[in-house]
Amino acid sequence: MTPAVEIVGVARRFGKVQALVGVDLVVRPGEFFGLLGPNGAGKTTLISILAGLTRADSGVARVLGHDVVTDYRNARRLLGVVPQELVFDPFFTVRETLAIQAGYFGLRDAGDWIDELLHHLDLTAKADANMRALSGGMKRRVLVGQALVHKPPVIVLDEPTAGVDVELRQSLWSFIRKLNADGHTIILTTHYLEEAEALCGRIAMLKAGAIVALDTKQNLLSSFAGLTVRLGAAALPEEWRGRILRQDDHSYLLSLANYAELERLLAALRGKSIEVDELSLQEADLEQVFLRIMARHH
Amino acid sequence: MVPAFGSGWLTLLYKELLRFWKVSFQTILAPVLTALLYLLIFSHVLESHVSVFDGRVRYTAFLVPGLVMMSVLQNAFANSSSSMIQSKITGNLIFVLLPPLSPLDMYAAYVLGAMLRGIVVGAGVLAVTAWFAPLSLEHPLWALVFALLGSAILGTLGLIAGIWADKFDQLAAFQNFLIMPLTFLSGVFYSIHTLPPFWQALSRFNPFFYMIDGFRYGFFGLSDIAPGLSLAIVAAFCVALTALTLFVLGRGYKLRH
Repeated sequence: MTPAVEIVGVARRFGKVQALVGVDLVVRPGEFFGLLGPNGAGKTTLISILAGLTRADSGVARVLGHDVVTDYRNARRLLGVVPQELVFDPFFTVRETLAIQAGYFGLRDAGDWIDELLHHLDLTAKADANMRALSGGMKRRVLVGQALVHKPPVIVLDEPTAGVDVELRQSLWSFIRKLNADGHTIILTTHYLEEAEALCGRIAMLKAGAIVALDTKQNLLSSFAGLTVRLGAAALPEEWRGRILRQDDHSYLLSLANYAELERLLAALRGKSIEVDELSLQEADLEQVFLRIMARHH
Repeated sequence: MVPAFGSGWLTLLYKELLRFWKVSFQTILAPVLTALLYLLIFSHVLESHVSVFDGRVRYTAFLVPGLVMMSVLQNAFANSSSSMIQSKITGNLIFVLLPPLSPLDMYAAYVLGAMLRGIVVGAGVLAVTAWFAPLSLEHPLWALVFALLGSAILGTLGLIAGIWADKFDQLAAFQNFLIMPLTFLSGVFYSIHTLPPFWQALSRFNPFFYMIDGFRYGFFGLSDIAPGLSLAIVAAFCVALTALTLFVLGRGYKLRH
């Protein structure tokens, strides 16, 4: 089966910064795929290369088998992108914005689909309002509408819920889930890891331009068997500092192998006369997996 | 509702037209008024002092085609350059870069949009200023061809300037230090035969001079340069700029990083 997205050896350098170091990635048709990584990891560069907004120094990117450079017309017809920046054209209304975007893709008579999009994105009441008059969340939803207006089989959402309130975020995700259930391939980048955990079937984690983890969500979660402990204490014995996943004021998130290790940690704290203010065990979630993987590739 | 086109570049052209039409006070009426003020002031001050084409044409009549063409050129440039730089700076150019539009599609839409704005403004200036001077239209086809080529050239230059400039300041520099002097020194307000030999010779290196002189030939059947030569020079300039712009768009210079 032709992959929805295929990225082979894609590298890109911006001046002294190696944004991507030779990324290989395959996303299968119908997947809900998560692309995670800290700021500057190369997520947006990778998406930009896929969308034809950035040229790769080397390597190949294809959308449903169509090369994004040599066969860009077909590749772009098959791809919808929700950009990260909240951009809009202040000259037009919401409906004009969507109709113009449909027209760029050569789409005739998109009126019915635009009405449906406006309904799903809760924008029907604002259809004839100028883009300038919309709130940030509404503008974000118009961006989603623009990405979907030509009914692309592959949809890339680059941080789509930034600045969108919780209620609208939920309705947006149920709409995207429906699109995925209808057969659309979804690629999502997000800073909200709980979002990726709730939605994505497979996840790639990027760091410093390289993929450092790529697996199903279940495998990623189960590969990190062990305990995550939140410890409230004034200090931590030196020999345990290597286990820190995250540290706030007198609060540590620690990664432990098992309960026996927890016993040794408590003994060490007693030995140093360090008082424990708080102790809680946490089940493995994607955030912890993410933190561990990022710490491992430090 | 936006009309349904089967082709992306027609929608981009439509968007370009809608963009200036929605602010037509600023994009059409204001330049018409400016040209009218030029005509009233210059003709009042210079009508009895300046002789053109050996006195065969009144100065005010001579001025009208010059002002019409100047308006065509300046507005064609303003349209494509402002559209491109606004889209770049606000970031909404991404909506044009994501669809399957080829470099030729983008070129055709932006430049045709600029040509139409230039010609609409030019027609408005002609309609208003023609009341102030007896005008003939000896060779209308020549006038039309020079208006089309001139607006295409300035629309193309505007597109290049909009792509090149990263800030409004840079675009203003392009406009004020290149386009404006070349327009004002192109014979809009005078016949180059009234200039000293050095300045006459220098004027021949100004491509805008040939656009205005050729356009004026369409009205009076008189020109400083043979209209066929002007046409050849203007057409060659247009082809060269078009090739350069298609190359720039194809490379994605300053658009696709």
